[in-house]
Amino acid sequence: MKSKGHLLHIAVALAVVLVAFLITNSMENRYYYKASYVVLQYVVLATAWNILGGYTGYVNFGTAAFFAMGSYTAVALIKLWKPPLYVLLVAGGAVSGLLGLGIGYLTLRLRGVFFSIATLALAVVLQMFMTNWEFVGGGAGTAILKPRSVPFFSNYDEFLFFVMASLAVAAVFVAWLIENSWVGRGMAAIRDNEEAAECMGVPILKLKLFATTVSGAMMGIAGAPFSYFVVFIEPSSAFHLDYAVNSLAMPMVGGTTTWLGPLIGAVLVGTAQQIATVTLSAEMNLLIVGSLLVGFVVFAPEGLVGLFRKLRGRAMGRSA
Amino acid sequence: MAEKLLEIRNVTKRFGGFHALTDVSLHVEKNERFGLIGPNGSGKTTLINCISGALRNEGGSILFAGTEIGAMPAYRRTRLGIARSFQIPKPFTSMTLLENLCIPLEYTAHAKSHGADVASEAMEILDQIGLADRADKLPADLTQIDMRKLELARAMAAKPQLLISDEAMAGLSANEVDGILEILFKLNEGGITIIMIEHIMRAVMSFSERIVVLDAGEKIAEGTPDEVVNNKEVERAYLGE
Repeated sequence: MKSKGHLLHIAVALAVVLVAFLITNSMENRYYYKASYVVLQYVVLATAWNILGGYTGYVNFGTAAFFAMGSYTAVALIKLWKPPLYVLLVAGGAVSGLLGLGIGYLTLRLRGVFFSIATLALAVVLQMFMTNWEFVGGGAGTAILKPRSVPFFSNYDEFLFFVMASLAVAAVFVAWLIENSWVGRGMAAIRDNEEAAECMGVPILKLKLFATTVSGAMMGIAGAPFSYFVVFIEPSSAFHLDYAVNSLAMPMVGGTTTWLGPLIGAVLVGTAQQIATVTLSAEMNLLIVGSLLVGFVVFAPEGLVGLFRKLRGRAMGRSA
Repeated sequence: MAEKLLEIRNVTKRFGGFHALTDVSLHVEKNERFGLIGPNGSGKTTLINCISGALRNEGGSILFAGTEIGAMPAYRRTRLGIARSFQIPKPFTSMTLLENLCIPLEYTAHAKSHGADVASEAMEILDQIGLADRADKLPADLTQIDMRKLELARAMAAKPQLLISDEAMAGLSANEVDGILEILFKLNEGGITIIMIEHIMRAVMSFSERIVVLDAGEKIAEGTPDEVVNNKEVERAYLGE
């Protein structure tokens, strides 16, 4: 039964990756690849954020730090010897994962809002550092040349879209695995009541470090292809507050306790932002996120998933 | 003489300049029903926080089944066999009652074989304690008495050798107190050593075989319930001169 469920999920995941691949060879307009890339990147970021924020209950305001560390690790490597993309992904994930581990170790004794402030401070400190590191462009930024061609794909944007689609699928799959394992149940216990969790035998420090490491690594991986995507990278865009706000707002809109929440939230909010950027204005998209966040926190604190469950519960109550 | 399950030697705990516990020594024998009483603020909860690992004692030592546990994190003490209920119930609010019990089962009783089928075991415990019909409910839907039962059930699910019941009966009616007492007696018959912290004298006097009294962080008396109620020091601590 259990392994059947796994097989089904793996099949769905592979199907999504296959569809993404087929799209790259049929769709012409390059804008759609760019827009989809951003949305898919947010699927990864929101899912990663949710492993620490939603499952374990530690609100991270420093998404931009982990994301940008992935990007800048890649930039440094590209400047050094231009390795293939998968090396950048692994390196970006490793650096941000280690950053997560270190930050977790230093700050997880802080609870609630103090942890959040510490993560926000981390982003500020790292941005300062990158602004002053000339090798990766410093404050003025640096241009990154995309590889001219890539096998199986007609251009590099399509390839990046495919990579990000695969990463999004992998991220959601990892979240699903964690959620349905003893690790995820232990995290939920920490979120509900840390003291009680520890007294019930849950090794809270280990699980929290696991959460910060995995969450950080996933954000770093999402950031690794960023410099190829934007072609010109500078600290204020890589560390933009948008990343922190969005990757927090998206799970809140979708629902924080399941893997489905950040996925739905990222697709809905991310797409709405892309549409608003084109049809209204580039600044309008933050207004959308802000209003949605306020609305959901007030009226549906458990997100769309929670709202749906409540409605279904009510419908079933009525029919019973 | 019976085997000592828990031994506390000269334990001291300070919060800044405030001495919450001063040089407290006591022991609990295997399969004993042990009462810990004292006026408000006398250090009872601080002492069990030091035993369960929520706080670290500054001086002295705490031995459980012969092992020094003073420096161990709380979760390892639970795995060694110390479980507690909380004075103010601390359920896992997003989980059903059944899931609440699965956490200690999975992390303590079956810590070495994650993924064991714990649901049926959790159901058994809920059944024993009389919450089986509410297994799918969330803690928020429970009444006060059921919440206390859930606290105990969750502690039981950790399969402890030593159960510390921190004011499991505060605020309950006389009938409900008897209900909880019955559960605790049954657990004790099943071989679990129990430390009861309680303000309801009727309960703690009828339950305990031996009682230690704390006042202002110091042990002022120890003995059978009869000896303790007739102790002048204890009278003074509760009623004043």
